[in-house]
Amino acid sequence: MASVTLSNVSKVFGAVKVLSGIDLAIKDGEFIVLVGPSGCGKSTLLRIIAGLEEESGGDIRIGERRVNNVAPRDRDIAMVFQSYALYPHMDVARNMGFGLMLRKEAPEKIASRIGEASAKLGLGALLARLPKQLSGGQRQRVAMGRAIVRDPKVFLFDEPLSYLDAKLRAQMRTEIKALHQSLNTTAIYVTHDQIEAMTMANRIVVMNEGIVQQVGPPLDLYDRPTNLFVAGFIGSPTMNFMSGVVTLKDGSRVRLGDGSLIAIAAQGVKEGQAVTLGMRPEHLAMSENGIAGVILVVEPLGMCTQVAVKVRDELITLMVMDRAPIAPGDQVKLSIAARDVHVFDRASGQRIG
Amino acid sequence: MVGQSKIRRVLNAIGLYGAIFAYVAFALFPIYWTVKISVTPENLLYSEGIKLWPTHMTLKNYETVLRASDFPRYFLNSMIVSIATALIVTAVASLAGYALSRFRFQGKAWVSLVLLLTQTFPLVMVIPPIFRIMGQLGLTDNLYGLIVIYSAFNIAFATFLMQSFFDGVPKDLEEAAMIDGCTRIVALRRIVLPLTLPGMGATVAFVFTAAWSELLFALMLINSEDQKTFSVGLLTFIGKFAVDWGQMMAASVMALIPVCIFFAFLQRYLVTGLTAGAVKG
Repeated sequence: MASVTLSNVSKVFGAVKVLSGIDLAIKDGEFIVLVGPSGCGKSTLLRIIAGLEEESGGDIRIGERRVNNVAPRDRDIAMVFQSYALYPHMDVARNMGFGLMLRKEAPEKIASRIGEASAKLGLGALLARLPKQLSGGQRQRVAMGRAIVRDPKVFLFDEPLSYLDAKLRAQMRTEIKALHQSLNTTAIYVTHDQIEAMTMANRIVVMNEGIVQQVGPPLDLYDRPTNLFVAGFIGSPTMNFMSGVVTLKDGSRVRLGDGSLIAIAAQGVKEGQAVTLGMRPEHLAMSENGIAGVILVVEPLGMCTQVAVKVRDELITLMVMDRAPIAPGDQVKLSIAARDVHVFDRASGQRIG
Repeated sequence: MVGQSKIRRVLNAIGLYGAIFAYVAFALFPIYWTVKISVTPENLLYSEGIKLWPTHMTLKNYETVLRASDFPRYFLNSMIVSIATALIVTAVASLAGYALSRFRFQGKAWVSLVLLLTQTFPLVMVIPPIFRIMGQLGLTDNLYGLIVIYSAFNIAFATFLMQSFFDGVPKDLEEAAMIDGCTRIVALRRIVLPLTLPGMGATVAFVFTAAWSELLFALMLINSEDQKTFSVGLLTFIGKFAVDWGQMMAASVMALIPVCIFFAFLQRYLVTGLTAGAVKG
C-alpha cells in the first residue's frame, strides 16, 4: 500500500497538449476515480502512473519513491485493462500466477495465492480453463484476480467494466467496491461513466481537455460543482441549465428570458451579471407559480417519474416522486427553492457563491 | 412453399459443390497429369495416344532419376537453399515486422515505402547489376549466393506479413506482461511470440515455397553441375533433340513431396484463432 503523488504532470503528443499541470495527492488506501468524457486525458494519466506512457513533464511518486524513470514492472502496481488483456495461451491459473512466477516466488506460495484470490472471486472451478472458454464476466474476474494475487501497492483500473452488460456491470461495481474495502489497497480507477464514479469513489477527479476540473468526495461534487462542466457531467439525469440576468431589487433574483424571476441564495452576484442557473431534476417541482412550460414526455420509472417539460425552446427535466396525474400537453409551472439553485458566471462558467 | 424452398436448398447445394468440384479438378489436373506421365512406360508415351488413365504402370522413370541422374544432388541443394532462406528471412522479418508494428520512430514511413518499392521492380531488370555484384563478392556459382539473393527478395513481403501478424496481437497483452514483471524482450518471447507462431509458420512456408521453386536466379548464377538446384536440374531433362518427359515428370513429382510434407506439418500453425479469448471480441 502506498500513496500516489502527481505534481505538475503534463503530456504532449506532437503539437497536441493532452495533459497540463496535473497535481493530485492520492492517500494511502484511497479509491480514486478519474472521470471525464473520452479524450479528456484520464487514460493517458493512468498510463503515465503505470509507466506505459512517458510524461512530458512533472513528477510521479508512489509512496516516497519518485518513479519517473522506473520501468512498469518495478513500480509494484497492478493494472486491469479495459480489454482484460488475458494471455490467451495460458489457463486461468497461469494467467493469475504469471507475475508471481516472473518474480521467482516459490511454487507453493504461488499456488496458495492463486487459491486465495480465486476463492475470493469465485473462480475456483475455472482455473484450468483458457480465456476463450470464459464468459465476459468471468474474464473480467480473472483480470481482477491477476491484479490481486500480486498484492501490489496500487491498483490501476482502465475502464474495466465498459464491455459488460448493464446488469453485470452493476454487480461488478459492487464487487470491486467490496474488494477494495477488504483489501484497502490504493486504487485509481478510470471511467467515463459518472455513475461508476459516484458509486465507487472515495474521491472523484473530474477531468476535461487535459485539465483537472474538480477533486472531491462524490456528494461534494454533486452538491457544489465548481463549474458548468462538472455540473453538467456529474448527475443523471443531468442538471438543467437556464440563462438569465441578475437583479438585486427586493433580494437576489435572476430574470430569465421569459421574464420570470427565480430567487437565488448565492452570495457575490452583481446587478446585471449574466449568469447560467443550474437546477437538478429532483429539486424542481410543479407548483402554482414559477417558470411556465408544457409537458412533452412523461416517463414513469416506478420509484419516481421523469418528466420532460418544454420551456420556450429548452427541454427541462424534472423528477417527480409522487404519482401525479399528469399527461403530455399539460400546462405546468415549475418552481425551485433558492438554496437549490446553482449559479454560474456565464462568461467564465465558474460557480458563484 | 416448404417443398419449393427445400428443392431450392438442394439445388443450391448441388451448384455449390459442383463449383467447388470443378475448381478442385481444374487445380489438381496438372498434378495428376504429371504423376500419370511419370508412371507411363516410355514406349507407350507417344504410341497409345491421349489416355486419361494409365494403361500400364512403371516406376522405371523414378529409378532412373534416383540412380542414374544428378537429381538427388539437386534435391539436396534445393533443400539447403530453401531451408536456410526460410529461416533467415523469417528471423529478420519477425524482428523488422515487430518494430514496424510496435514502435514509433523517425523515418518509419520511409522504411515501409522502401520495402514496398523493392517489390515493384521486375526481376529481369535487376539481373545485370546483381550478376556483377555477386561476381565481385565471389557469390556466383555457389549456394550461398542463392541464399543471399532469395533472402533479399523475400524479406520485404515477409516483413509486411509478419507486421500484420504482430498487429493482430493486442498491445494490451504486452503492456499487461510488462506490468506483471516482464521486460519488453521477455514479453516478446513469452507472450507475443507464442501468439505469432502461426504467422511465423505461414511465413516459413511461404518463403520456403518461393525459394524452392525459384528458377531465374538459380539459372543465372549457377553453372557447376554439383551446385544446381532441382529447378535448374529439371532443365537437364530437356535435351537438344528430345525431351525425356517421363523422367522429368518423375523428378517433378519428387520435387513436390517436400512442399506437401511441409504444408501438412505446418497446417496446424496456419489455422488462425490462436489469439481468441485474449480480449473481448
